[in-house]
Amino acid sequence: MVHGEVWTIKEFFTYPNEYIYWPITIVMYPYITGLVAGAFVLSSLYHVFGVKQLKDIAKFSLVFSFALLPVAMMPLLLHLTQPFRGIEVMLTPHFTSAIAAFGVVFSTYGMIVASELWFVYRKHFVEKALELKAKQSRSGVEGIFYLIYSLLTLGAYDISEHALEKDEKAVGLLAAIGIPVACFLHGYVGFIFGSVKANALWTTPLMPVIFLCSAVVSGIALCIVTYAAVVSMRNCIYRRKKKDNPSLPDDPTIKPVDIESTRTTVKYLIAFLILAFVLELLDMIFRIYTATKSWDILRVVIFEHDLIKVFVLQYGIGNILPFILLLLPGLTVRRAVIASTCILFGVFMMRWNVVIAGQTFSSSYSGFMEYHMPLAPVNLETLKEGLAGLIAVIVTPFILFFCFNKVMPVFGKPDSH
Amino acid sequence: MINRREFCKKAMVMAGGIALPLSAFQLFDPKSLHAEKNDGNSTRWIFLVDTHKCVGCGFCVKACKSENEVPFETNASRTWVERYVVTLDGHTYIDSPKEARNGFTSTKIDQQHHGLKDVKNEDIAKGFFVPKLCNQCDKPSCVQVCPVGATFRTNDGVVLIDRKWCIGCGYCVQNCPYGARFFHPVHHVAEKCNFCYHRITKGLKTACVDACPFGARKIGNLKDLSDPVTKVIMNDRVGVLKEEYGNKPQVFYLGLSKEVR
Repeated sequence: MVHGEVWTIKEFFTYPNEYIYWPITIVMYPYITGLVAGAFVLSSLYHVFGVKQLKDIAKFSLVFSFALLPVAMMPLLLHLTQPFRGIEVMLTPHFTSAIAAFGVVFSTYGMIVASELWFVYRKHFVEKALELKAKQSRSGVEGIFYLIYSLLTLGAYDISEHALEKDEKAVGLLAAIGIPVACFLHGYVGFIFGSVKANALWTTPLMPVIFLCSAVVSGIALCIVTYAAVVSMRNCIYRRKKKDNPSLPDDPTIKPVDIESTRTTVKYLIAFLILAFVLELLDMIFRIYTATKSWDILRVVIFEHDLIKVFVLQYGIGNILPFILLLLPGLTVRRAVIASTCILFGVFMMRWNVVIAGQTFSSSYSGFMEYHMPLAPVNLETLKEGLAGLIAVIVTPFILFFCFNKVMPVFGKPDSH
Repeated sequence: MINRREFCKKAMVMAGGIALPLSAFQLFDPKSLHAEKNDGNSTRWIFLVDTHKCVGCGFCVKACKSENEVPFETNASRTWVERYVVTLDGHTYIDSPKEARNGFTSTKIDQQHHGLKDVKNEDIAKGFFVPKLCNQCDKPSCVQVCPVGATFRTNDGVVLIDRKWCIGCGYCVQNCPYGARFFHPVHHVAEKCNFCYHRITKGLKTACVDACPFGARKIGNLKDLSDPVTKVIMNDRVGVLKEEYGNKPQVFYLGLSKEVR
């Protein structure tokens, strides 16, 4: 079987070699990259622009952005038919290709986030390393942690006030550089699609901007949801422990989800949501109005085949509903979380409606293709690029976040910033 | 004693001074000048399809698959034949059942998921066949977008794929306006027609040209003005497919119709 044949159903006339070549994994790629960029932008709002209300969520979103970062590459690797050669994109880039810039952009961004994290957590690393060093007898786990923390200090043990002040400056600087780089990272993902001239739906100069705005939207939304979920989970666990053992001392880090912080975050969310929505609308209106050759088939795709996916799932549930929910007076955390979940779903549908819908019409403009995501894997291809691959991509950032949180605790330890 | 500011200034002047004559070397390199005037090649492979002569027998597809080791049962092909049936009411039906590897054995039009469409003979205004293959573009978008340079254009104009280098991202497949590319079912890398490069560089014709009993397919050298194919392209009215993409395709067609996609 040819790659893609198993999940493609063809209608009317399509070129014999046409299949849905970019399936769910490539839907996840811009989605995850968007979350990375968005989460980082949110954390930068505090570090660069000093939005004080975002202090708690800023640290959280920075670590989460770092946990999402390696996962952005995952769907790409799952998608490649020769995954072991994937590294060649970094080693032998062919720079006329938009994808070739991936290595440069991605690693630059990765380094910025990693260094920013290092400066944010340096004090913690040093304290932990010294604390474990002072211990007379270390258990096996403590030994490992000691090793990790000692390595993470990179030999810089100076945590005097002067040194920490310098750290803070470095964080501000890195966050400031990080914003354009994060925007570039995701705008560039939009460019990968927008520059495919052979695809009538993708080819528009608006694509990078649309991708960027929806990226920020999804990143902020994910931070709101995950932050609220993690805080509630911690509270719940603490309450249960307290119930079993009433003598447990009060933990100052256990507090309800900060509504002020959530409300401030939501303000930025709404602003970017409006921008993303307006740009998408502009793109569609422009296509309808100019009605070039490709519009005949795009019209069928958007208004007939994918009517529900575009107008109900993406615009309805993903944009308009959360917009109303967020604008109604007396915003509660629960409502913000519900609205943010809708937005996350909406942005996912937007990615789907770009990546998949862009491949559901033949470039002969005379036929259609339908994508059926493989659920049960029957071979390696359907395992990597089906439901199993999708679940792996969704679950991995949370596992990574759990691990990172062990070394760089998001809650508790008040840091120098 | 030179101070830091002076040192920086002088260093910049020196760097500029060294860079200028070096760039002149680049500017007046006789080799590149010669190449700019004439690309230095005596060959530019081109292809000519005479749609008037094609009867849709599918021998070309069969020959191509066997010559280039694309399994016969694979539902993709380096070359294929399309059938166009235009009815009196102006509707166009197009099909290419199994890439026409078995030829067009039925008058019914293959609508894929929607089954076979029976078009009555008396309703047909015109019908014709159009063989397709990679256009070996002068400005190939597939080459432009390959992130690792695994696909490249040779000096004689043919776009090739390095099977040992392709990572299988599919970006080239998405960027080909002609649907010429697919993934090889055995090698799992991008695959497409290469004008049987292993044959034409040894003085042979492509497998499809050899297999065509009616002379609908011809390969030629654009740089050779005495080449019969070049003569047709120079003197006759030929068309190319999807010129609007700016890829500068080098497969020329005689008898193209506005219905051809």
